[in-house]
Amino acid sequence: MTLWTAIRMTIVLMVLTGIVYPLAMAGLANLIFPYQAQGSLIVRDGRVVGSALIGQNFSSVRYFHGRPSAAGDKGYDASASSGSNLGPTNKTLIQSVRQRLKDFLEKNPGVSASQVPVDLVTASGSGLDPEISPAAAKLQVAGVAKARGLSEDQVRDLVRAHTRRRWAGVFGEPGVNVLELNLALDDLSATLRVGMKTSP
Amino acid sequence: MSNGLIQVGLFSVLVTAVSVPLGLYMARVFTDRRTFLDPILRPLERAIYRVCGVNPGSEQSWVQYAVSMLLFSAVGMLLLYGMERLQWFLPLNPQKFGGVAPDLAFNTAASFTTNTNWQAYAGESTMSYFTQMAGLAFHNFVSAASGIAVAIAVIRGLVRRAAQTIGNFWVDLTRATLWVLLPISVIGALVLVWQGVPDNFSAYTQVKTVEGTTQTIAQGPVASQEIIKELGTNGGGFFNANSSHPYENPTPLTNLIELVAIFAIGAGLTHTFGEMAGDRRQGWALFATMAILFLVGAGSAIWAEQRGNPQFAAMGIDQRESAGQSGGNMEGKEVRFGIVDSALFATVTTDTSCGAVNSMHDSYTPLGGLVPLVNMQIGEITFGGAGSGLYGMLVMAILAVFIAGLMVGRTPEYLGKKIEGREMKLAMLFILIFPAVILVPAGIAVVTKAGLAGITNPGPHGLSQILYAYTEASANNGSAFAGLNANTLFYNSTLAVVMLFGRFLMKVPVLALAGSLAVKKSVPPSAGTFPTDGAIFVILLVGVILIVAALTFFPADALGPIVEHLVMIHGKLY
Repeated sequence: MTLWTAIRMTIVLMVLTGIVYPLAMAGLANLIFPYQAQGSLIVRDGRVVGSALIGQNFSSVRYFHGRPSAAGDKGYDASASSGSNLGPTNKTLIQSVRQRLKDFLEKNPGVSASQVPVDLVTASGSGLDPEISPAAAKLQVAGVAKARGLSEDQVRDLVRAHTRRRWAGVFGEPGVNVLELNLALDDLSATLRVGMKTSP
Repeated sequence: MSNGLIQVGLFSVLVTAVSVPLGLYMARVFTDRRTFLDPILRPLERAIYRVCGVNPGSEQSWVQYAVSMLLFSAVGMLLLYGMERLQWFLPLNPQKFGGVAPDLAFNTAASFTTNTNWQAYAGESTMSYFTQMAGLAFHNFVSAASGIAVAIAVIRGLVRRAAQTIGNFWVDLTRATLWVLLPISVIGALVLVWQGVPDNFSAYTQVKTVEGTTQTIAQGPVASQEIIKELGTNGGGFFNANSSHPYENPTPLTNLIELVAIFAIGAGLTHTFGEMAGDRRQGWALFATMAILFLVGAGSAIWAEQRGNPQFAAMGIDQRESAGQSGGNMEGKEVRFGIVDSALFATVTTDTSCGAVNSMHDSYTPLGGLVPLVNMQIGEITFGGAGSGLYGMLVMAILAVFIAGLMVGRTPEYLGKKIEGREMKLAMLFILIFPAVILVPAGIAVVTKAGLAGITNPGPHGLSQILYAYTEASANNGSAFAGLNANTLFYNSTLAVVMLFGRFLMKVPVLALAGSLAVKKSVPPSAGTFPTDGAIFVILLVGVILIVAALTFFPADALGPIVEHLVMIHGKLY
């Protein structure tokens, strides 16, 4: 008798909380917030170039670089989110951090190790962190400006415009969205090119 | 540092402000008084009872209550197991995932039924959308509701006089789901979507990135599952990276909402208890005890993580907190959360039985990682899991009055109920089962090949990985030192059994305790009664909790995180 009640109760609550509720919420979400509900996808020239919330790999000197990533084999695999899960006394962790620091210093001559903020040489929890710290962005301004033939002030202004503050001035930490910043850089470069062609 | 203090302070104020109205509302819900949601929910409730053959007017003895709870859990577990095995055949599977392997399906079914939500799988590469919602989200609701039901039954046992019954499990289960969990989830899910959490049934998005490579972005009905994952202190992430994934927790605001949701019910139930006991100060005393333990843990974790890794400092890397960066040990942490919000989340998620993570605990400094471990070892009674936190704390309160009674040579009382031999035996059973199902299997794992094979961080950290796994399983937490390679026959099966023992072997004695207290008459307080609503009681209770945990777990913790800390500061690597 109790078992029969348990079976019926399981089915009824499964339908209510496992089917009706998620379907209703997905419906409402797509009605009220369609952009967010579909994953905050960024569309350029009719194709999806990424999600505003999901980081991606950047290797060119013309772009700001995000954090090291442990998601998937090549990093930033958004179908295999993961941190490195390496412990603080694990040789592998220390060696990879040392290697990343070395690579960064080679690519950015004139920068010393003590200027490198820790987020730039450590992997995030998700492997998909879309942001770097403002300090990490600042450190890359000179290199990106040089590679693009822009002034450092132009790039710095763009970084400032893409710096997210703490919520309500208190919660979380400030960050710079790397994908959005790089897209804005491409836009700026494109406008300047057009400007050069049309000016007399 | 000062911003960290402000964040923790504001968060504490927010939790307190939410817990009082929520707790009083829950007291109304479970004493069948009118609430503002009745016009919508009463007809639905009646329909459910009619379909399921429940007579809401009839009450159950503790044995009937326990049998109903166990049968309901068993049926739900079988349903989830079947769903996982057959998901290739079921709808809403755009990625065409095959059936889940038997040992992993068993482990996951046990994990979600017990409110643990340990995940030996990665959601985005294993579970279909149908399994995620009808299997996993469903269990998020009912495992939490069943925990709340047991807590309410224990409160009834304490406050009723000479009663044979402690309520009706089916009614408590239904009312916890309809009146508490669902309405908050509906609102919470929409707020999360607004902030960027997706909620769709699309196939994974194929992206041509800015630099021309391809990226596959996993999608799904995330928001609806995300909110109940926190509110029900379940913690099973939609994605592998859990709440560190930007789709599960995109902004500092969603992080704050998730943090408050994790504490809300556990904190609220202390006030439900006070209200139902007719003496709100009794509830506040438990609340204060929990708040002290929370603040000590949060402070320690933030401090340890902010100090960073000495090996990084030796390379010259900048780990100092400044306007431009949070600094500290950022391995496994997200920029938007930094040190404070990550360490706070790690504390909150293990103060309760939640186990959601927004940073990777395995990569914490040894002392930073010790905080979540100790939080679980003291029994997750710091606000605690939905329901399980309150009944765990009440057992500790009974132990505390017993010890106080021994000191002055009087029969101990709690809320006017004499605590006698039978109650103490049941309380001790509850307290002893917990470490037994942690330390015995962890001991086996560290001396067997199959157990040692799971270690991915050698040295003392390897012991921490194994100790953490069995601690979280017994405590029904589900967070992890996630490097441990746990999707093996050995870990899937042993951890599943530990989760089931940790949940049901503890819930049954606690219901027996409720039944045993319910039949007692109440004795009026006298001059010799030890007051359980004041500062002395709170201090005693904190002391008892810490001493019990230290006596049980200190040797193991000393060999894991504490040794690792000592070798780390001397620069030794493994």
